[in-house]
Parts: sequence; C-alpha cells; structure tokens
Amino acid sequence: MNPDYRQLLSALLPEASLVLGALIVLGVDLFAGRQRAFAPRVQLSSWLGLLAIAIAIYHAIGASPAAANFGGVFAFDALARAARVGVLLLAGFTLALLPGTSRLAHPAEYVAILLFATCGFTLMASAQQLLVAFLALELASLSLYVLAGFDKSRPESAEAGLKYFLFGGISAAFLLFGFSLIYGLTGSIEFTEIAQQLRVQPTTPLLVVAVVMILVGFGFKAAAAPFHLWAPDAYQGAPATSAALIASASKLAGFTLFVRLLWHGAGPAAGSVSSFTGAPGWLPVAAVIAGLSLLLGNIAALAQSNVRRLLAYSAIAHAGALLLGVIAAGSAGPAPLFYYAATYGLATIGAFGVIAMIDRISPCQRITDLAGLYRRSPLLAGCLFVYVLSLAGIPPLAGFFGKFAVFAAALKISGLGGPIGWLAVLAILLSAVALYYYLVILKQALVVPPANDAPRIAVPALAAITLVVVAALLVVLGIFPSRILTLF
Amino acid sequence: MNALPWTIYISFAGAVLALIAGARSASAARWVALATAIAAAVVAFAAAADFSPGPGLQALKDVPWIPEMGIRYHLAADGISLTLVILTALAAVAGILFSWNIEERTGEFFALFLALIGGVYGVFLSADAFLLFVFYEIAIVPKYFLIAKWGSTNREYGAMKLVLYSFAGSALVLAGLLWAYALGGGTSFALGDLAQAASAFSRGEQIGLFALVFLGFGVLAGLFPFHTWAPTGHVAAPTAASMLLAGVVMKLGAYGCLRVAMPLFPVGFEFWQSTIAALALAGIIYAGLIALVQDDFKFVIGYSSVSHMGFVLLGLAAANARAVSGAVLQMFSHGVIAGLLFAVVGRMVYERTHTRQLADLRTMPLHRKLPFAALTFVLAGLASMGMPGFSGFPAELTILIGTWKTSPLWAAFAAGGILIAAAFTLRVIHISFFGTTDRSASPVAPLASNTAAPAMHELHYGPITWAEKAGALLLIGATVYVGLKPDVLLNWIMPALESPLMRAALKQATP
Repeated sequence: MNPDYRQLLSALLPEASLVLGALIVLGVDLFAGRQRAFAPRVQLSSWLGLLAIAIAIYHAIGASPAAANFGGVFAFDALARAARVGVLLLAGFTLALLPGTSRLAHPAEYVAILLFATCGFTLMASAQQLLVAFLALELASLSLYVLAGFDKSRPESAEAGLKYFLFGGISAAFLLFGFSLIYGLTGSIEFTEIAQQLRVQPTTPLLVVAVVMILVGFGFKAAAAPFHLWAPDAYQGAPATSAALIASASKLAGFTLFVRLLWHGAGPAAGSVSSFTGAPGWLPVAAVIAGLSLLLGNIAALAQSNVRRLLAYSAIAHAGALLLGVIAAGSAGPAPLFYYAATYGLATIGAFGVIAMIDRISPCQRITDLAGLYRRSPLLAGCLFVYVLSLAGIPPLAGFFGKFAVFAAALKISGLGGPIGWLAVLAILLSAVALYYYLVILKQALVVPPANDAPRIAVPALAAITLVVVAALLVVLGIFPSRILTLF
Repeated sequence: MNALPWTIYISFAGAVLALIAGARSASAARWVALATAIAAAVVAFAAAADFSPGPGLQALKDVPWIPEMGIRYHLAADGISLTLVILTALAAVAGILFSWNIEERTGEFFALFLALIGGVYGVFLSADAFLLFVFYEIAIVPKYFLIAKWGSTNREYGAMKLVLYSFAGSALVLAGLLWAYALGGGTSFALGDLAQAASAFSRGEQIGLFALVFLGFGVLAGLFPFHTWAPTGHVAAPTAASMLLAGVVMKLGAYGCLRVAMPLFPVGFEFWQSTIAALALAGIIYAGLIALVQDDFKFVIGYSSVSHMGFVLLGLAAANARAVSGAVLQMFSHGVIAGLLFAVVGRMVYERTHTRQLADLRTMPLHRKLPFAALTFVLAGLASMGMPGFSGFPAELTILIGTWKTSPLWAAFAAGGILIAAAFTLRVIHISFFGTTDRSASPVAPLASNTAAPAMHELHYGPITWAEKAGALLLIGATVYVGLKPDVLLNWIMPALESPLMRAALKQATP
C-alpha cells in the first residue's frame, strides 16, 4: 500500500506541533535565554511549551475521525481523539505548574523533554501497530526517566531516575519479547491482523507466554502489583511536576494503548473471568494483577508517613481499579476506563501541584509537612480538599463516578457469578480502607495548626489558576459525567 | 410542595456563603448560617402546609441525569420524607443557635454544618437509589472535620472511627445497589424499577442483597453490635454536631433501611426479620444498661441514643403498618429529644462547668446555678423516658402496640428497655442537676472522680444566652406539640405506608 504522506502529516499535526515546539523552546533558550535571569527563562520556556500544547490540542480536536489509518498503523477513532486531547490537557496542566515552582537548572531542556514525552503519549493513544506502539512507549518512557532524574541537586532525584529507568528497561524487554512472540505466531504487527489470525488459532502455550509477557510489561508501566516496586521511590525522589506527569498523562496514555492492544489485538485470547471455571487467557491474569494491586496498594498506603510515597501506593491501588476497567472494556467499551483514568490524572496532578507549591518554601515530604495548610494558604488547602476527596471517591467529585462506572461495568459482566464481580466488591470495600489514609492527609492540611515558624505560601498566578481549574473540572465532571461518556 | 428541593439548594448555597462571610467576620458567618437554616425551614414548613397525604412518592423533580447508565435526577416526597425533612429543618436551626459561641474558624464550621444539612435533605428527598447514595456520602465527610477540628474528648479518634464506620457501611450499600443494578440488567436506578427487577431475583440473591444494604444503612442507625462508633463519636463531637449526629444522621441510616432495603428486597427482609428484631432488642437493653453505669454525662446520652434507635429498628423489624409508623414517629421524636439532651450537656453545662464527670457535677447544685438548663433537661428527660404529653410517648407506645401484633415476646423485652431508659435518665437528672454539695451525704453510690473540684459550686456561670433559650424552646415546643397531637405526623406517615412498594415490604400489614 502506498501511504499518502500529506494525509499522514495532517493526521499527525498534534505530534508535529509538539516536536516543533520543543525545538523552538530549545532554540529560543539557546539564543535568547542564556544571558537572562532564571525566572524569566522559566516563564519564557513554559509559555512557549504551553503554546505548543494549545496548538496540538487544536489540531487533535480537529483531526477527522475518518482519517486514513495508513495501512493499519494508526487508529483515529473516538477513543484516540479523546485520549489525545486528554493527555495533552493533562500535560498542559503539569507544564502550567512549572513557572515559579521549579528551581531546576536548564528549564528549557525540562520543557522540551516534557513535550517529547507528551508526543510519545499522543502517539500511544492512537497507535494500532506493535512497532509504532513500542516506539511511542519508549519515546515517552525515555523522556520520563530523564524528567524523574532531572533535579541534579538532590541525590534522591537521581535515585528515582535510576530506579525508574532500570525497572522500565526490564519491562520494555519483557514487552518486546511478548511482541516478537506475537509476531512469530501471527505473522503480523497490526492489531487487526493479529486479532484475525488469533481467532482461527487455538490457544497455544506460546501465545499464553506472549500475552503474559505483554501484561508483565504493562504492569510495570502502570505500577500494578507485583511490578510496582519502582513507584514509591520514583514518586518520592522525582521533582513534583515530573511525578505528576508520570502519574497522570503517562497513565492515561498507557491504559489507552493497552486497552486497544489487548482488546483489538489480543481480544480472541482474552479468556473469561465471568465464571470461576472460565477459559484461560489474559483476562484471568489481569484479574489477579488487579486484585493484588488493590490489596497491596490500599494496605501499604496505611503505613506511609511520606506523603509522596502515600500517593504512590494510592496510585498502585488505583491501577488495580483501572485494570478492572480494562477487563470491563470488552463489554462496556472504553468509556468508564477513560473517565476513570482522566479524572484520576486530574486529581493526581492537583495533589502533586499542591506539594510543588509547598516545596517552594520548605521541603514537602512527610505528611506532617502539610500541617496548617489552611492557614498558610487557604487556596491550596481548599484545592487539596477537592483533589484528595476525589481520589478517595467521594461524591459529587469525579473520582466517585469513575469508580462507580468501572465497578458497575465490572459487575454487569456476570454479577457475582465470577471472579470479576468479587473483585469489584473487594474494590468497593477497600475504598473504606482508603478513606483512612486520605483523611490522614486532610487532617494535617485542614485540622492541625501550623508550626509556629511556618510562613504563608504565596502561589504564582498561573499555578493558582491551574489548580483552581483542575479542582473545578473535578467538580463539574463529577456532576455531569455524561459530558465524557457521550464522547464514545 | 414543589419548592421542597430548594431546601437542598438553599443549604448548599448557604454553605458557600457562610465560608465567604466567615473570611470577613465570625458574626457574619453566624447570621448567614442562621438565615440559611431558617429559609430552608420556611420552605419545608410551607411544603408541609400544602401537602396532601397519599400513597406513593409525589414527584418534585424528575429529569434524566446520566442517561448512559439510566440514572435520573429524581426528587420526590411522601409523608415519611416530609416528617424527616421537618425534623432536619428544626435540628438545623437549633444546631446553629447552639453553636453561636463557636469562635474559631466560624465560617468553615458553618459551611461544613450546612453542607451536611444539604446532604441530609437530599437523602430524604431522593427517589433514585444513585442520587440517594450520592447525598448520603455527601453527608458523611463533613462530620469528620466538624468533630476532628471543633470536638472535645479524644476527638481525632472519635471522628475517624465514626467516619470509617459510616463509610464502610456505605461501601456495603454501594456493593449491594450495584449488584442489584447489574442483576436487573443495568437499566435504571429508580427505586421502583429496582424493586421490580428484584422481584425476579432468586431467594438467595434477595437474602444476600438485603443483608448488604440493610447492614450498610444499619451501621449508621446504630444497629447492635455495630453501634460503637456512636457513643465515642457523639462524645467527641462539638455540641451542634452531636445534635445533628444523634438527631438526624442516625435517622439517615434508619431511613435507608426503610426506603431502600425493605421495599427492594422483601423476600430477604422476611428471612432476616427476626435477626434484626433480636439485634434491635439487644441494642435497646445493652445500650441502656451501659448508659446506667457511665461516669461521663455525655456518654450517658450517647448510649441512650443507641438504645432509642433500637426502638426504631425494632419497629421496622415488626413489619406492620402500626409498628413502622411508630418507628418513623420515633425517628422524629428521638431527633428532637436527643438534640435537646446534647444541647444541655454539651453547650449549657459543659461550656460553663468544663466538666462532664458526673462525680464533679454532683457537687455543683446546677438547679440553682443554671435553672433554665435544669428545667430543659428535666423536660427532655421526661420526653426521653416516654412520659405522656411528650413525643416519646406516642412513638414508643405505637411501636410497642405494633410489635405486640407481630410478637408479644419482642414487645415484652422492649417494655423492659423502657424501664431501663427511665432508670438511667432519672439517675443523671438526679446526680447532675440535683446533687448535693456534701459528697458524703450523697444518696447515690460513690463515683470515681479524677478531678477534685473544691468549691467549684462557688463559681459563677455565665447566664444562658438568648440563642440557647431560643434553640431549647424550639425543640421543647416540637416535642410537646407532637406529644399532644401525634396525629399530625401519623396522618402523613400512615398513607405513605399504603404505597405498593411499602406494602410489599410489610406483608403482615394490619388489616
């Protein structure tokens, strides 16, 4: 087939804007930024980056769903469009938190790498072929490793970058091994072709190995137990904005890619979780990973005294719930999963944003570092209240409806007749456990008085607007979830 | 009548306004809160004035909300809802009057208070299970902050325990509702539709679903043995929050049992009926006996709440129209009386004497120092014991008569519970208000006292403020009015039990 390169370019305009934007940020900083003071350099780079993201969003919305898919390489369907816009927005919010919070050297490089990572995310959101999927994933991952270790003044940041890199590298190897087995079995790297081939093949042990390899790689990326070990250290050591990106846009893109890969590509090898004697396949494996993540994330989070590690374990628990969404996407479509992942990303960006703001004054690591936030900055305290309660799943915030939709979809598969229904019930009951550690955070921020010498926290205007917009989105999307559900 | 949803909107708007006003001055926040609560109460009473009792929920607002999942924004009311809405209106106004002395972060206090009230109104007016659940959870979180920030004894522990118990209960409810929704095909959360779908469920499913949903709501209603959050939470809470907790929030649980669990899963209800009755009786008697030996004034009231809520649950378990209407009347009555009791203990007495230990209070002749508090407490105590002329009497009598029809044995045990209630109420009245200054001459057995308070009775206490008097008079008026004319409420409640949904729940309905 002869691909039409002009069409390809028009479909990939968002990615082109991001790459071009990254290069411009680097170039402008090289020629105009070096001699300036630090603050305007950060401002300039961030605004250029935001402009690039805005243009990318414009093109991503405008991309026609019916655009050619270039021999099955890309899928520009409703999910791809929603996920592209979603990751771009999440990356934009992260970037908007940067000016005034960051004391990182080389701001232009930071912004540029963030844009490259975002480009990886948008490609992941629309990839429909193993090679493109892997390249997009690696572009995003390699950028994220650098972002995690970007703070050269703190050894913890280097540790975070290294650990994230080592675990990520291993997971990439697993993933590639799984991809190559799939290619060997089906003779194709396109999802639709793979599905067609698998439909006529019996489930061989080799196929199971291949799919399990892919799930292992996926588990690493999503920080699902038992592949979660990098997450607490990475969240703790990485600069707060990097952690926010790892936990939000990266997750949304990853789950979009894998729900497409697993259902569109490996769908015939799904097996069944609707009864206890269901067919083997990747669904039972995913269910086990989901259950482990829910249990381990929620229980380990109870013991944390470091707020970033607590958020990491909460992320592991949420990964378990998101995996339920992946499992349920086969019958309910990707809408509940997308809603959950997007609103979870918003709440996490907000939480890390608040941590970043406190970090400007004094290090914010322990939960007690949040003490008296209501007096140090009522704005931050109010926003944190919304984010944390959304993570906890309290209505009318978006986190509640996300959980509700995912669990309803999971229970609809077979009621309590199979493991999937019981997993949903487990997740619902564990949400009562989760409320404990979320309230521990809020108790420090809203109830405990500040230390005597704790100064007030001034929030830069752009960051303040971003935090308020994120909080408002959580409220509005929570009350009107149909706005998202009808996108699909 | 159609204005009833405004009780919800006014309360939430008032919460935001109180927060804004509180940033300027504490007194602005107080007046905003009071005006909000009164406005909502006016709406509620106006609706009550043109309410025509009848079977079934009368729709107030019904529009699609999340059509993808069959969820509607459906508010409706019947006589049961209306009774509890009126209770909420009274408790809200009184609660704000009794928190007039909150000086620290006043705006935030009233914002949380009004958000809680808004959620409570919402629960009582919801006709869609999803909507009901959303309001139910909105009402949970403010409690944590109200107690953890403005509370007293062991407040962080009490707050966390209370919220985790409530939330664990609501998780059970959510699991049950989602399971029923999925089993029924996942098309609607309307209570009527769910009940219709549930009629096709197997007996085992009905039994499981009822257990989940009833237990989940029952935790908040103080169902024995899951009541332990209530005394610690009540004691830790600031006065207004204890008033709301005992007065209104525990009713949310009982209301959920009555509105959701029983009509949706009648087969399951039949299976669990005698278990619930046994647990309710155990709660009445056990909590009453515990209240009899408490050293802390507020713990006595806390356990008495559990005991009185046991009557509500017993009335529900008896499953006939008389007993259930008595249970709803008891919800109203206990809401008013518990509010009064907590107001006297937490606000009028504790804020002045700074002790709740009965051993200390005994040395203070409070009937001379604080005659208004003593009078209020005696009246509330009489009402609580079930004296004729107060709302407690028709409520408990109706429950006993109804229960007798189902099982005379249950009624006999419950009557024993009334005696115990009289005993612990008289004991605290005697010790705390009519004690003697001479410890050795005390007629009651010596109590352990950890703070020797010599000459404390010589202290002068600040006079009872106008806000306290107004709040107390409001609640006393309500309990006396309903005590003398229980028919006003019963005429609303009885027809509501004639609806098809409720009839299915009350299979043994009296002819």
